Amino acid sequence: MTEENLPQAQPETPKKPVKPKKDPRAKLYKPETPLILASSPHFHTRDTVPRIMWNVIAALVPATVLALVYFQWAAVGIILTSVSSALIAEMLVNKVKGDSFTIPDGSALITGLLLALTLPPSFSLGGTALGSVFAIVVGKHFFGGLGYNIFNPALLGRAFLQASFPVPMTTWIWPLTARYADVDGITAATPLGLFKFEGVSSELSGLLTGNISGSLGETSAITILIGGLYLLIRKYADWRIPMSFLLSTFLVSGVFWLISPESYPSPVFQLFSGGLMLGAFFMATDMVTSPVTARGAWIFGTGAGFILVIIRLFGGLPEGVMYSILLMNAFTPLINRYTRPKFFGEIRA
Amino acid sequence: MSSSLSLKAEFVKGIWKENPVMASLLGLCPTLAVTNAANNGLAMGLATTFVLLSSSLMISALRNFIPHQVRIAGYIVIIATFVTVADRFLAAYFPSISASLGPYIPLIVVNCLILGRQEAFSSKNGIGRSLLDSLGMGIGFILVLVVLGIIREILGSGSIFGMAVLGDWFTPWMVMILPPGAFLTLGILIALANWYNDPSRSKERRAVS
Repeated sequence: MTEENLPQAQPETPKKPVKPKKDPRAKLYKPETPLILASSPHFHTRDTVPRIMWNVIAALVPATVLALVYFQWAAVGIILTSVSSALIAEMLVNKVKGDSFTIPDGSALITGLLLALTLPPSFSLGGTALGSVFAIVVGKHFFGGLGYNIFNPALLGRAFLQASFPVPMTTWIWPLTARYADVDGITAATPLGLFKFEGVSSELSGLLTGNISGSLGETSAITILIGGLYLLIRKYADWRIPMSFLLSTFLVSGVFWLISPESYPSPVFQLFSGGLMLGAFFMATDMVTSPVTARGAWIFGTGAGFILVIIRLFGGLPEGVMYSILLMNAFTPLINRYTRPKFFGEIRA
Repeated sequence: MSSSLSLKAEFVKGIWKENPVMASLLGLCPTLAVTNAANNGLAMGLATTFVLLSSSLMISALRNFIPHQVRIAGYIVIIATFVTVADRFLAAYFPSISASLGPYIPLIVVNCLILGRQEAFSSKNGIGRSLLDSLGMGIGFILVLVVLGIIREILGSGSIFGMAVLGDWFTPWMVMILPPGAFLTLGILIALANWYNDPSRSKERRAVS
């Protein structure tokens, strides 16, 4: 324990000419100054909730910028609506619950931004606001607020929208054809939809640069990888989760592809299409809703990849990232319990 | 073991304080399953109340003749009789409602609200009290089903009792007429009721804590 790591001592009283009648220490005893008592350990780390959250937001910048470039005003409208509704909902919930003001921690901003990036560019602004409010109020605060939610709030908001508005949620437009949210762009199926319903495969270059139809922030694998790697290097996301998620998707879909290359898409296509990259790096790694142990993280990612391939290949929908992560979120408490590390010297019955 | 409440309290308790759905969480199967429209909720509530009233009358009258060891079987036979009456009546006079409620009308037989009232109340109290109790519980049940049905129908179809009330601008939230909508709405309603009933909600308590 070095000197800097020690808990901060009480601030020194500034030197002042001695005034006998006023004790300079008196201001330390203002009734509103709380006396903070905490049990050990007293190690300080620079990582706080706001610091982590703002780093995640920074990591989402490349994907967001590309969404703005490709989908222009449609993206502006959806992102602004989603983020502002999330912030307003968070503020109102704070007021109703009588909690402290939690906007500055950035978690509501992330929820709003992530939700926006998973929506189709032609989605209505009213629906966006509804999903964002649902994510914050039901997805996060009904379970007790940040740190207590079982499911990733942004994905829960998206699941609500998917169940409420199934047609608008699966109508996609081609990049650079949308000018305003309500003006029709050129509709086009996503690469996954094309393969599932028409048997057409897409070029890998489109999947990498994002010049394909899809949700706002999920089209380009490269921009998401840039942000995702930043998170992994800064250790704000557990590398095991995206690693095992992608690996398990690759292996499971690879098995099917080897069995019948004509009827099943190649594992490389599976990796770079749909919302897998965004989900693996930014949704599955949510610290609250993913397992805390290393073994647990492997189980979590592997399970999500398996469920994803099953939904993509045999489900009614072309894409299953959202449901695979939500399902594994539900298993997280169980995984945590199963992978609980042994105490030193413990003998399990 | 007979109840000692006043007759009025016997009737009123089922509407809010001991409401079968909100307080005891009884009869959740029909509550969640058929309330995708206000009409269906009302029909299910009325059918259940009819069965509850008639079987309470019978069981209360026969309470000294039914052997204790086979009482549950006896109750079920009596309840099933009235459920059959309700089922056939709906099928004959309201075929569309009967069709939309589907198997949930015959399933009233195993509604734990009805069996619960027989076991907890009618088998121990006189006919008059049993009828009052059943009527209160039935009204409480109908109220919850209709409120749930109205909320889900407005948001899920944009109408109330089949009449469109929200204009074309409104895109129905399909999830509200699906099972998740039932769970969400009922959960929120029960949370609100618990918050309203919470004794610590008074201002004095809050100022201390």
